[in-house]
Amino acid sequence: MPQKTVIEAIREGMDEEMARDPSVFLIGEDVGQRGGVFLASDGLYKKYGEYRVIDSPLAESCIVGVAIGAAINGMRPIAEIQFADFIAPAMNQIIEEAARFCYRTAGDFNLPMVIRAPWGGGVHGALYHSQSIEATFAHIPGLKVVAPGTPADAKGLLKAAVRDPDPVLFLEHKRTYRLVKGEVPDGDGVVPIGKADVKREGKDLSLIAYGLMLTYCLEVAEKLAADGISAEVLDLRTIKPIDQAAIVATAKKTGKVLVVHEDTRFAGIAAEVMAIIMEHAFDALDAPLMRLTGPDVPAMPFNHVLEEAFMPNVDRILAKAKELAAY
Amino acid sequence: MATKTQEVEAKGGQSRHRSLGLSDDQALRIYEVMRLARAIDERMWLINRQGRAPFVISCQGQEGAQVGTAAALRPGHDWVAPYYRDAGVILWFGMTAKDQMLSFFARREDPNSGGRQMPGHFGSRRLHIVTGGSPVATQLLHAAGVALASKQRQEDAVTAAYFGEGGASQGDCHEAMNFAGIHKLGVIFVCENNGYAISVPQSRQMAIQNLADRAAGYGFPGVVVDGNDVLACYEVAGQAVERARRGEGPTLIEAKTYRFTAHSSDDDDKRYRQAEEVAIWRQKDPIQRYAKYLRESTTLTDPVEKEITERVDQQVDEATEYAEQAPDPTPDDLMTFVYKQGTVS
Ligand SMILES: Cc1ncc(C[n+]2csc(CCOP(=O)(O)OP(=O)(O)O)c2C)c(N)n1
Ligand SMILES: [Mg+2]
Repeated sequence: MPQKTVIEAIREGMDEEMARDPSVFLIGEDVGQRGGVFLASDGLYKKYGEYRVIDSPLAESCIVGVAIGAAINGMRPIAEIQFADFIAPAMNQIIEEAARFCYRTAGDFNLPMVIRAPWGGGVHGALYHSQSIEATFAHIPGLKVVAPGTPADAKGLLKAAVRDPDPVLFLEHKRTYRLVKGEVPDGDGVVPIGKADVKREGKDLSLIAYGLMLTYCLEVAEKLAADGISAEVLDLRTIKPIDQAAIVATAKKTGKVLVVHEDTRFAGIAAEVMAIIMEHAFDALDAPLMRLTGPDVPAMPFNHVLEEAFMPNVDRILAKAKELAAY
Repeated sequence: MATKTQEVEAKGGQSRHRSLGLSDDQALRIYEVMRLARAIDERMWLINRQGRAPFVISCQGQEGAQVGTAAALRPGHDWVAPYYRDAGVILWFGMTAKDQMLSFFARREDPNSGGRQMPGHFGSRRLHIVTGGSPVATQLLHAAGVALASKQRQEDAVTAAYFGEGGASQGDCHEAMNFAGIHKLGVIFVCENNGYAISVPQSRQMAIQNLADRAAGYGFPGVVVDGNDVLACYEVAGQAVERARRGEGPTLIEAKTYRFTAHSSDDDDKRYRQAEEVAIWRQKDPIQRYAKYLRESTTLTDPVEKEITERVDQQVDEATEYAEQAPDPTPDDLMTFVYKQGTVS
C-alpha cells in the first residue's frame, strides 16, 4: 500500500468523490486557482472547473449558507473554512440552520453537506490559527463532528462525510497535514462515522485521543512499552456521535484511563468521555480517571515558550501516563 | 444601475391585468388567495384572543406584495424562501388553509415541522418552499445556494427570497446579494418594507429612503414598487423572473407596504406607532384596492364575490375544526429526526 500524507489523502478523497458524483462540489476561500491555502484542493479547479471548485467571497456565513441552499437543491457541497478559528461568522448558519433543518421539518429536509476546517496548534499559528473547536460543535445535536488523525482515516472519513445525509463538521489537524504519513488503501476505503479505532492494543492502561494527540499517544505507548507498561491507544476518530461502546470496552479492559486533547479543559471532550466511563464502567476502574488537556486560556499564544506551555506534548503525556500506571 | 420606481397607478385602466398577460380567471385566483390569507390570519387572531392558541404572526396588509410577486413564479418548478409573514406566498405555492391551521395549533400533522416550530416557519420540500428558522435573513443565503445549484445543473428554476427591511440590516443579507450578484444567480430578492422592525422605524434601520438603492452596489437592478398594488407587484416580479430565467442575474424588489396588526400577538404596537398612521394605511388595503379594480373592470361581480367568500369561509371553518381536534405530537416525537437516519445518537 502506498504511503501518503494526511493532506494528500484528503485531496485524493475529494477528487475521487467529485469524480464519482457530479453533485459534489467544493466552495471556500482560495480553494480554486490557489488550490487552498494548505493546497488541499490543488489541481481540482483545473480538473473540475469553476462551478465545481468555487472561490467564494471572503465571508464564512456566505460559504456555509450557500452550501446549505445548494444541499437543499440536490447538491452535496463541501464547504471549506480556511481556518477553524474563522468559523465564528458562520456559527449562526451552522448551529441555528444546518444542524436543525432535519429536526425542524420532522425529517422533510436533510442536508448532505460537509464543512471542512483545519484546526489545532503546534504550527506557530498564535491565537487565531491554532484553535480547537470540537467541543463547541459537539454540543450541538444535529451535527456530526469528525477528527481523523491518520491519512487512511482522513480519506475514509471524508468519503463517509460526503455520502452522509446530514451535516458533518470535518476537522483536519493542520500539524498532521504533512507530519503524519501512513498507508492508504487503494479504492474507496470508506471509514464509518461514529466508530473509534484501537490503534494499539494494550492491557495496563488506556490512552484515549484524536487528531494530533493520537500521534503523540502512540509515541508515548512505545516509550511506556520500553518501561514494561502496556498501553492501549484508542483513537476516537469521530467526536459526535461518539463511540461509547469502544470507550467502555477499553476502560473495562485496562481499568485505567487517560484522556488527552489539546482543546481547553472545561467542558471539553475528555469530560464527556470520563462521564461515559463513570456511567458504564465504574466497577472496572482501578484508578481515578485522568485527563491531560490544553489550559483554560482563550487560545494558543504565538511565542514559542507560551505555545509549548499550552500544547500537551509527548513528555507531558508520558509523565501523566506513568503517574496513572503507578496508581 | 439606478433604482427604478415602477409607475403604480392604474396604468392600463380597466384591463390592466390583461395587459400583464393575466386572464380573468388568473386575476380572480390572485384575489382569492389574498382573501384566503387574510381570512386565515383573522381567524388566528380570534382564536388567540380566546386563549385557544398561543401565538400569531400576521400577513395582514402585505398580501398584495406576497401574492403579486409569487404569482410571477412557477410553483413546484421555482423555489421560494419565505419569511414568517408570507402566508400569501406559501398559499400560492400550494399550502392550504388546513396546513396553516395545523401549524397554528402545532399539531403532529403540521406539514412544516410536525408542531416543532412556531407558526410562520414555513417549509415543504415537495412544494419547493425552503424551511425557515427564526433568525432573520439566513434564508437569503439559502436562496442563493438553491439558485447556485440550479445554475450548476443548468436548470432555469428561479428562486425568490423574502425578507423584511429590518432583516436587511443583517450581514447575511449583504453576503447573499453579493454572492448572487457575482454569479448572476437566478434569485429575486423581495423586501416587504413595512416601515418597522417590531418597533424600530426605517429611519433607525438605514440612512436611505429606498433599500432598493443597495442593489447598485451588488451589480443588479433594484426596483421600488407599491407593495399594496398587487398588479404592480406582479409586473415587476414578472420582469425580474424573466431576467433571472434568461441567466442575467438577480433583482432586488422593494415593495413598500405596511402591517396592519401588531408585530405579533405578543406585541403592543400602540407603544411605538399612532393609531392614525395605521388608519391611513388601512385605507390603502391591498385587498380592497384590488377588489375595487376588479369590480371596475367587471372581472369581479357580486355572484363571483359571493362564491369566493363562501369558499374562503368554508376552507377556514373546516381547517380550524380539523386542526383544533387533530392530535398533538407524543412525547416520543421529541426524540426523532435529529438526524436523517435513526433517532438520537
Ligand atoms: C437575528 C434575529 N434577531 C432578532 C430577532 C427578533 N425579531 C424577530 S422579527 C424582528 C423584526 C423584523 O423586522 P423586519 O425584518 O422589518 O420584518 P417585519 O416583521 O417588519 O415584517 C425581530 C427583531 C430575530 N428573529 N432574529
Ligand atoms: Mg419591517
